[in-house]
Amino acid sequence: MKGRLHPAQARVDARQGARALAIWNSFRTCILSVMLLACGPFLSGASEPPSAAAIAPPAAAAPPDDGQWTMPAKNYASTRFSDLTEINEGNVKNLQVAFTFSTGVNKGQEAAPLVVGNIMYIVTPFPNIVYALDLSRPGAPMKWKYEPNPEPAAQGVACCDVVNRGAAFADGRIFFNTLDGHTIALDANTGKPIWNAHIGNINIGETITMAPLVVKGKVLVGNSGGEMGVRGWVKALDAGDGHIVWTAYGTGPDKDVLIGPDFKPHYDMDKGTDLGVTTWPPEAWKIGGGNMWGWISYDPALNLIFHGTGNPGPWNPDLRPGDNKWTSGIFARDPDTGAAKWFYQWSPHDLHDYDGINEQILLDMTWQGKPRKVLVRPERNGYLYILDRTTGEVLSATAYGPVNSSKGVDLKTGRLIANPDKKTGTGKVVRDICPTASGLKDWQPSAFSPRTGLLYIPHNNLCMDEEGVEVNYIAGTPYVGMNVRMIPGPGGNRGAFTAWDVAAAKPAWVLKENFPVWSGTVVTAGDVVFYGTMEGWFKAVSARTGDLLWQFKTSSGIIGQPITYRGPDGHQYVAILSGVGGWAGAIVSGDLDPRDATAALGFVNAMKDLKNATTAGGTLYVFRLP
Amino acid sequence: MRQALALLLPLTLALVACQREERDTRPQSALGSGEQPTPVTTLEPGGQRPSPTDNKAASFEANAFHMSEGKRLFSWFNCSGCHANGGGGMGPALMDEKWLYGSSIESIHATIRDGRPNGMPSFGQKIPDDQIWELSAYVRALGGNAPSSAAPQRNDGMMVHPSENRLPDAATLGKSP
Ligand code: HEC
Repeated sequence: MKGRLHPAQARVDARQGARALAIWNSFRTCILSVMLLACGPFLSGASEPPSAAAIAPPAAAAPPDDGQWTMPAKNYASTRFSDLTEINEGNVKNLQVAFTFSTGVNKGQEAAPLVVGNIMYIVTPFPNIVYALDLSRPGAPMKWKYEPNPEPAAQGVACCDVVNRGAAFADGRIFFNTLDGHTIALDANTGKPIWNAHIGNINIGETITMAPLVVKGKVLVGNSGGEMGVRGWVKALDAGDGHIVWTAYGTGPDKDVLIGPDFKPHYDMDKGTDLGVTTWPPEAWKIGGGNMWGWISYDPALNLIFHGTGNPGPWNPDLRPGDNKWTSGIFARDPDTGAAKWFYQWSPHDLHDYDGINEQILLDMTWQGKPRKVLVRPERNGYLYILDRTTGEVLSATAYGPVNSSKGVDLKTGRLIANPDKKTGTGKVVRDICPTASGLKDWQPSAFSPRTGLLYIPHNNLCMDEEGVEVNYIAGTPYVGMNVRMIPGPGGNRGAFTAWDVAAAKPAWVLKENFPVWSGTVVTAGDVVFYGTMEGWFKAVSARTGDLLWQFKTSSGIIGQPITYRGPDGHQYVAILSGVGGWAGAIVSGDLDPRDATAALGFVNAMKDLKNATTAGGTLYVFRLP
Repeated sequence: MRQALALLLPLTLALVACQREERDTRPQSALGSGEQPTPVTTLEPGGQRPSPTDNKAASFEANAFHMSEGKRLFSWFNCSGCHANGGGGMGPALMDEKWLYGSSIESIHATIRDGRPNGMPSFGQKIPDDQIWELSAYVRALGGNAPSSAAPQRNDGMMVHPSENRLPDAATLGKSP
């Protein structure tokens, strides 16, 4: 199961990262050499934390753990790290089920449960039911449920299953989004709706699947629809009454993108006026994507939010010559006004549906001898980027798996160096492009432990054939223009779970999984990492070595986000939603036909056997020590 | 002379045997003329009556020309965006044996014309009626419900699935593969 990364992995950054302290380096070498005997001094006491203290999230964005879980990313720095230690490497093997709960919805369960006080909150895929479970009573009975009754027709315009990635809690309220384009605030105690803002229009193919983030009294929400020719946006809604405070578009003139005098991008390629118009064929930006359906982080000290932008539409790049700003990139914005501070484009003129919306983990670290405020982004195009989050400068970009669609990142210009052999276009079949449209990693969020200095990345290992075709824009229907068929990547394992040494910019260890690892992950101060597989295994592995410590087979494949919390009884619990689906699992949740290699935008071809491995489901599992 | 005759005879026979289907290559293009209501269910209080057939259906069903036109339109109107090349995606698979709203050409025609509640758009105002029939005939072929002599053959580009004229009848497959 355990192995080094495939040799096809391309290293692009010759620069070795900041040298962590010597003791940390020797610790890591020990893991790599797998000569555990030689590691005696390090393995003897888990009590001695590794020296990675050099890398830690900024305190303001990752306050001390209170045992709750109030937002999917755990904190504004998005570490998904818990300080709880009751469950640890030594005793995790004894974990057992505390209680389960059926969501009643057999679609892909991508959400993270929330725990606030004595209550757990979960939001289901369409029809987006919110349940509140009372953790203070035996069996965690339902306290209330809220059914928003979204329009059934929304299911037809959701690109990749009818998922929802979770809710957010702030000031006594639960905020969540519905597939048919509503953001709703509920009284966390009673489940009574406080406001309901209708901000997305399914008739143009707009849906909402992301989890909102609440920052300074504003609920930040973005739309999905990059496969439907939907113009992307992020909106800030007033947490009090739901009115729109600002809207920042992902394409179009500067005033729509909220680019003004404060905008200082680091690279020349992102400088100019109205690039969101001029880097497109006439009018194409209006239906050009750049949607924001992923993760937002927030640095209170800098007063900046960071969010990515999705792929340009249509996928067929011949139909949109130009850099297609501001798609497949990342913005830093002032949360009060939405004003853009900087932007960096991961994939200018994206050729392969490399959305730029993955999670960004905010960390402070020493880089080449100097303290830097960075953000770390395992990106869909296959590179793990370290950016200076004050300026948007790329410090390093290193492939964390097999990549042949590009040849690295030019650190002078910041530009991704596309591989001309893998350029797609109309009427052309291009084979063996790695990674796939779903990326080396898609939305499934990683976790960072300041104790190990490792970033735990759940990801895919897939390649694809692509054929560009003509496509008509018909509002409310797909605008893709690409036949895609995916295949397993080098080695044949379709998924991997990689522990990435941030300081050294290389993997510490890699676990191979048969199916894409489409679940999120959580890491704890007990040095345990949890993640799930699409067969339905919920696994605990050592944060230091990757050794499998415990696993439990749930009723359906897992694509959800695990969390851990301190229950009302003072004990530590771990929770995960099981229920296969999402883009990777659409073959099961949508009962698709594997004889068509292009089904589910080509993903089905790589997942033909998933129907034999699992069935649809929707169940919450909560574990604790006996 | 004899040799020439010997050659000619099989040739004539072959030509005669090659019975061509009738092609109405210019169907009327008025919008939405297929007004006939099609029940969504076979259940009827008071006992089942024969399901209504549309007299247009016969001229489109299993007709090679109309099916190949339907195949072209299937991409043209972005059906393929939601149903892929029949295996499904945002919308359900159309090549399997499972039908939510009926597999008859009339039911499929009604689906495309009027839409269905869980996300199938209504194309009645967008696509001329005869082209909806062509699409319906092609959808039947996707499910293996058209004679292989008439169903579309392999693609020029990427082979996305076995060509329609080689797809087995989904209903006889027993279980989904
Ligand atoms: C925006 C996405 C979308 C587009 C575009 C679309 N469909 Fe659909 N289609 C759906 C969905 C979703 C359903 C399932 C509806 C339901 O369950 O109520 C469906 C259902 C169907 C069905 C019924 C299947 C059954 O099992 O009964 C047929 C037939 C069909 N579509 C054909 C087409 C054709 C032909 C086109 C192009 C003219 C098309 N669709 C375009 C999403 C789409």
